[in-house]
Amino acid sequence: MPDAANCTMERFRQGDLDAFETLFHQHRRAVYGWILRIVRDAAEAEDLTAEAFWRIYRARTRFDPGRGFEPWARRIATRAALDWLRARRPETALAADLPAPAAGDAGVAAEIRQKIAQAFARLPPKLRIAALLAVVEEQPHKEVAEALGVSVPAVKVRVFRALRMLRKDLVAQGITP
Amino acid sequence: MNLHEDERMKKLLRQALPPVASGDGPEHNLWPAVLRRLDKEQPAPVAWLWLDWALAGALLLVVAAFPASIPVFLYYL
Repeated sequence: MPDAANCTMERFRQGDLDAFETLFHQHRRAVYGWILRIVRDAAEAEDLTAEAFWRIYRARTRFDPGRGFEPWARRIATRAALDWLRARRPETALAADLPAPAAGDAGVAAEIRQKIAQAFARLPPKLRIAALLAVVEEQPHKEVAEALGVSVPAVKVRVFRALRMLRKDLVAQGITP
Repeated sequence: MNLHEDERMKKLLRQALPPVASGDGPEHNLWPAVLRRLDKEQPAPVAWLWLDWALAGALLLVVAAFPASIPVFLYYL
């Protein structure tokens, strides 16, 4: 790692606001993108990005420069997004109408898609976040595990449980996936 | 749930919630919002610190003026 970056991170650890601003501008896009993947709402993602960076600054003394800023920031951002998911009414479905690179809807009716989104919103936030990142956003399991602060097998278990609960919910509604 | 059902559920989920295009950064400059949060946070510890010292000082004065009250304070600790 270049010395300048090391120096910035060390200054940030000591509470230097200029160093924090530098890190903010370097990583804001990545942190925002990660949060957006979870909350799927641009305005909420912006608000949570500011919240995440506020938490990052507060937690600066626990930052280990040797482990890199971005994975640590992603973990704090994930926690902020998880708190947001927990605070929301569970029946509120996540937005499905954000611009997407490949919005596939091969043969699945809009009504079914809506029911799936609603059933997904009823899942416990911990399972939802794992399924969103690993299945919907197809992020590497290792990255998801780091962000959630769990092991890779734990992510796989959460994804499996999320899919099983989702299937059960849909079957209960008379939809055979 | 078998492997086939698992894959089917994943596919359905991706169709219901298409992946988000997160390439663009935030639309607004979020640095002022971060600073606002930091500013909001800062006065609180100072206020508590002042209050803590005032309470500790008052307690010491009471104890110094009325030593007999020490067992009472210890009882309520």
